[in-house]
Amino acid sequence: MPKSHQCPVFDYRRSPDQDAGQPVRHPVVVVGAGPVGLSAAIDLARRGIPVVLLDAENGVSDGSRAICFAKRTLEVFDRIGGGQRMVEKGITWKHGRVFFGDHEVYHFDLLPEEGHRRPAFINLQQYYVEEYLIERLDALADADLRWCNEVVELAERDDGVVLGVQTPEGRYELVADYLVVADGARSPLRKLLGLQSKGQVFQDRFLIADVVMDADFPTERWFWFDPPFHPGQSVLLHRQADNVFRIDFQLGWEADPDVERQPERVIPRIRAMLGEGVDFDLDWVSIYTFQCRRMEHFRTSARVFFAGDAAHQVSPFGARGANSGVQDVDNLVWKIERVLAGRGGDALLDSYDSERVAAADENILNSTRSTDFITPKSPVSRAFRDATLMLAEEFPFARKLVNSGRLSLPAVHADSPLNTPDSADFEGRMVPGAPCLDAPVRVDGNEDWLLACLGDVFTLMVFADTRQGCPAGVVDAVERVRAHERDLRVLVVADGPVAGTPADAVIVEDPQGLAAQRYDARPGTVYLIRPDQHVVARWREVDAALINQAIDRACALAA
Amino acid sequence: MSTQYLRVDPRLERGDDVYEALVEMHRDLDEEQSRLANARLILLLSNHIGDADVLDEAMRIARRGVTE
Ligand SMILES: Cc1cc2nc3c(=O)[nH]c(=O)nc-3n(C[C@H](O)[C@H](O)[C@H](O)COP(=O)(O)OP(=O)(O)OC[C@H]3O[C@@H](n4cnc5c(N)ncnc54)[C@H](O)[C@@H]3O)c2cc1C
Repeated sequence: MPKSHQCPVFDYRRSPDQDAGQPVRHPVVVVGAGPVGLSAAIDLARRGIPVVLLDAENGVSDGSRAICFAKRTLEVFDRIGGGQRMVEKGITWKHGRVFFGDHEVYHFDLLPEEGHRRPAFINLQQYYVEEYLIERLDALADADLRWCNEVVELAERDDGVVLGVQTPEGRYELVADYLVVADGARSPLRKLLGLQSKGQVFQDRFLIADVVMDADFPTERWFWFDPPFHPGQSVLLHRQADNVFRIDFQLGWEADPDVERQPERVIPRIRAMLGEGVDFDLDWVSIYTFQCRRMEHFRTSARVFFAGDAAHQVSPFGARGANSGVQDVDNLVWKIERVLAGRGGDALLDSYDSERVAAADENILNSTRSTDFITPKSPVSRAFRDATLMLAEEFPFARKLVNSGRLSLPAVHADSPLNTPDSADFEGRMVPGAPCLDAPVRVDGNEDWLLACLGDVFTLMVFADTRQGCPAGVVDAVERVRAHERDLRVLVVADGPVAGTPADAVIVEDPQGLAAQRYDARPGTVYLIRPDQHVVARWREVDAALINQAIDRACALAA
Repeated sequence: MSTQYLRVDPRLERGDDVYEALVEMHRDLDEEQSRLANARLILLLSNHIGDADVLDEAMRIARRGVTE
C-alpha cells in the first residue's frame, strides 16, 4: 500500500444467495470491481437494473496504476455521478513539455478551447477513483457489491450463465442473464472460457516510481527523451494528488526487474533527476513491461461481454487503459438496459462489440506508435525519432510528429450500424457516432453545461431562436416521437427564451452561441442523441417519422 | 525560426500515419539498404518538389542541425 494514503479495506459479507439452496438468478452480474466494473455497476443500478458486482479481493487497486483520467471519462463520471469529486481531488492539467537531451524542445496545450466543463485531463491516483466509485455504488439501492467473491467456474447455458463463486465461507452458485467481465488484464474468466487476448509485448521495461515531495514543479506533463540524468532512455513526470509525483523511467529490455526495484537503485535515479537538495519520499515502486493486445470479440456469446483490460490492453503512453475501459461500459450498459426491457434488438448488443473493438484498435494503434517513438526498434527508426526531436525545436510541423503519447480521446463510432447517415449538409465534428461536445449554457437562469442537460436516455436536441420561437411543427412532432419513445428527453437550445416549446422540454439557453456553433446548428436543426451521449442522427428540420426510424435503428429494432 | 522558401507549418493531416510509413519503409532492411532507400526517397521527393530554392534551404537546415 502507498504510504501517502490509507486505502480502505472492505468487509466480506455473507449474501442471502449463499443460503438460497439453489442458484439465484440476477439480470446482470459484473465480475471485477476495478474502475471498469464499478462504472458498469453504477450505471446499471442507476437505471434501476439490479446488479451483483463480484470481486475476488477486498480493497482498491494499490500502487502505481492509472493516474490520467481524460475529459470524456470525467464526462461519463459526471453522468453516472462522481465526476465533480474527482476533479476537486485531482490535479487539473493541460500543458505539457517535451525535452530532448538537456533542453526543452517545445510545450503544448491539450485543450486550448474554452467553454467545456471538464479539462482535457486530471491526474488522480486510481485508488481514489475506485474509492469514490465504490462510495457512489454503495449509495444505490439496486447494487450489491460482494468482496472476497472470486469467480472460479463458469458455465454457459441457453437460459443463463452459471457462475461458481468462491468465498471465505465456501462456494456458491449464481445465474446471470447477462455477464459483464471486467476482471482485468490477466482475466481469469477469459481463461475459464478458453479465450485469448492477442497482440504484442514491447521489449522494454519501465520503472514506475511514486514519490512524495514538496516541490514546486508546475502541474504539467514533462517528458524527456535522452536526458543527461538518464542517458539513452526516456523519463516522464506527472503530478498527482497529495503531492505525489509519478516518475516513469524507461530502463530497456536488459534491465533486471528484481535489482531495479530496490530502493538503493531507485533513489539515486530520482536524485539525479531532481537534483541534490530536493527532499522526497519513495511511496511506491514497480517495474512494468507493456503490451498491446485485445480479444477478437468483446461480445463472446449471447450473454457474455468483456470490458476494460480483460478485453484489451495498451501501453500507458496515452493513458488509454482505464479511460477506454470506462468508455466500454458507457457504451454497453444502456444497450443491456434496452434489451432487458424488450426495447432493443439483440443486434444492439452486437454493436457493443463492433463499436468498442474499433475503439480498441484505435487505442492500440496510437499506443503502439507512441511506444515505437519512445523505444525505436532499429537504428533508422531512432534516426527519424532524433531528427524529429531536433527539428521540433524550431519547426511547428515536427512538433506534430513528436509522439510521447497521443493522449486518450474518445472514439467516434462513425461506421456504427446504429447511426442514421446524414441527409443534409453539416460542418464540424458532431457527425453521427461522435461523442457530444460540451458547451456552457443556462437553464432556468442558472449557469449549466450542455452535457449535464443531455441525461442518459434518448435525447432530441432542437435548435431554435428567440425571435422566431420554437420551429413550427416541433410540438406536434415531439408528441409523435414520445408516443413511440416514451421517456424521450427534449431540449430546446436557443440564444434566449423561446416561446411555443413542447411540454416537458428543457429550455437551454446558449448565450455565447457555442452549442449552436459546435453542432453547426441553425434554427430548426435537430440532433438525436444516444443514452451514452453520442450523436446518432441529425436533420435540418424536424420530422417525426424520420426520428422514430432513427430511434429504431439506434436500438436495432426492425422498422 | 522563419524560413524563406520552405514551408514548416504542419501540412500533413495524418502525420502519425506518414511517420509510421516512413519507419515502415525500412522494415527488414540492413543499414546499407536503409541508407540507399532514404537517398532514393529524397531524390524522388526533390524531383517532385521541383524547386531548387526550397531544396537548398531545406538542405542548409538539415545540415546545420547535425554539425552544430
Ligand atoms: C503503470 C501504469 C500506469 C497506468 N496509467 C494509466 C493512466 O494514466 N490512465 C488510464 O486510463 N489507464 C492507465 N493504466 C491502465 C489502468 O490501470 C487499467 O487500464 C485499469 O486498471 C483497468 O481497469 P479494469 O477495471 O479493467 O481492471 P482492473 O483494475 O485490473 O480490475 C480488475 C478487478 O477484477 C478482480 N478480479 C480478477 N479476477 C477475478 C475473479 N476471478 N473473480 C472476481 N474478481 C476478479 C480484481 O480483484 C480486480 O479488482 C495504467 C496502468 C499501469 C500499469
